Amino acid sequence: MASRITIEVARYNPARDHEPGVSSYEVPLRKEWVVLDALNCIKDHLDGSLTFRWSCRMGVCGSCGMMVNGVPKLACATFLSDYAPGPVRVEPMRHFPILRDLVVDTSDFLMKLARSKPWIIRKMEKPMDQEYFQTPAQLEEYRQFSMCINCLLCYAACPIYGLDSQFAGPAAIALAQRYNLDSRDEGASERLDSLSNPEGIWGCMFVGECTRVCPKHVDPAGAIQQYKLTAATEWLKAMVLPRGAK
Amino acid sequence: MINPTEYLPKSYHRRMSTYWWLARWSYLTFILREASSVFVGWTVLLTLVQIWAVTHGPSANAAFHEWMRHPLMLGVNVVAFLFVLFHAVTWFSLTPKAMVIRVKGQRVPDWAISGPNYAAWVMVSLGIAWVVLRG
Ligand code: SF4
Ligand code: FES
Repeated sequence: MASRITIEVARYNPARDHEPGVSSYEVPLRKEWVVLDALNCIKDHLDGSLTFRWSCRMGVCGSCGMMVNGVPKLACATFLSDYAPGPVRVEPMRHFPILRDLVVDTSDFLMKLARSKPWIIRKMEKPMDQEYFQTPAQLEEYRQFSMCINCLLCYAACPIYGLDSQFAGPAAIALAQRYNLDSRDEGASERLDSLSNPEGIWGCMFVGECTRVCPKHVDPAGAIQQYKLTAATEWLKAMVLPRGAK
Repeated sequence: MINPTEYLPKSYHRRMSTYWWLARWSYLTFILREASSVFVGWTVLLTLVQIWAVTHGPSANAAFHEWMRHPLMLGVNVVAFLFVLFHAVTWFSLTPKAMVIRVKGQRVPDWAISGPNYAAWVMVSLGIAWVVLRG
C-alpha cells in the first residue's frame, strides 16, 4: 500500500471567496485512519485554517457528515484505505448552504424537526409518582427510528430536498414516526396534521437513497412509506366512518 | 419563533446540476420509474380503446388489430411493456417497505410480503391469458 494519499478538500472562506475552491493535501495513508484523521492531520500540520465539524470520533454525535467522493459519509466512519490510491475528494454536505470550508448551515433542518414534534405528547400526564411502562415488544416498534443521530446524510442524499427545500425531508419524518409508534405517545394525529401534505410525507418520491446512506440503519425511506400508508388509512376512515366513530 | 437563519453569517448556496439524475444509479432508476407512469397511462388508454373496439362490432375490432400491427405501434408497445413491467416490479418491492408485519415480535422478511404479491400477479396474468387464448 502506498504510504501517502492525496486529499482534495473543498474550501470556502465567506470573507474572501465568491465561490468554493479546492485545496489538495498529502497525508500519510495509515490502515486505521479514517477521513476525519486525515482532516485533523491537515489542520494540525499543514493548514490550521481548515474548518470542519466533529466531536465523538465514533459515529455517535452526527456532526462529521460530509461528501466523500460524492457520497454522503460520516468522516469518522470512512476509512482512507478504501479510497487508495486516491485522491479522495472531500466536500461539504450537498443541498445545505456552506458557511465555511466543510461546515454547512443546518438551521433549515432544525426548523423542520420542530414541526415534527419529536417528543412524547400526552393528553394528560400521569401523576409524578407513576411510571409509563413499556414492554420490549413495544420498544421494538420504534427502536430502529430512535437510532437517528441527526447527521443529515439522508438530506444530502435526497434529490427531492435538493430540488424543493420546502420538503420536510427524511430524518424529520422518520423522527415523527419514532414518536408516533411509541406506546406512551398520543400525538400522532397532531403530527399527521403537520406532515400529511405535499411538503411532508407526500413530497417523498421514494428515491430510497436516504436509506442507503444512513449510517445508523434508520431506514427513513421505509418510515415515510409506512407513514403514507397510515395517513391513507386515516383518510379512508374519516371518509367512510361517521363523524366521531374513529 | 426566532428564525435562526437571521443571525447567521454569509453562506454559499450551491445549485443542483441539471444532470444530477445521472450521478447515481438509484437516481436514474428513480427518474425511469417516474417516466414509466407515462407508459402505464398509455397502456390504460390502449386497453380502453380496445374495449371500445371489441364492443363496436367486428369491423371496429379488425381496424384496431390492423392499427396494432403497424411497426410503429409494435415498437411503442414493446417499450411500453418494458416500462410497465419495471413499474410493477418497483411497486411490488415497495410494499414490504410500507407494511411492517410482525410475527412473534419478529418483523417478517421482505420476500414474505412481496412474494404473495408476485404470486397474485402471476395468477391473475395466467387467468387473463387463459381467457384470451382459449378461443
Ligand atoms: S436518518 Fe440516518 S442519515 Fe438521516 S439524520 Fe438520521 S442517522 Fe443520519
Ligand atoms: S465525529 Fe461524531 S459522528 Fe463522526
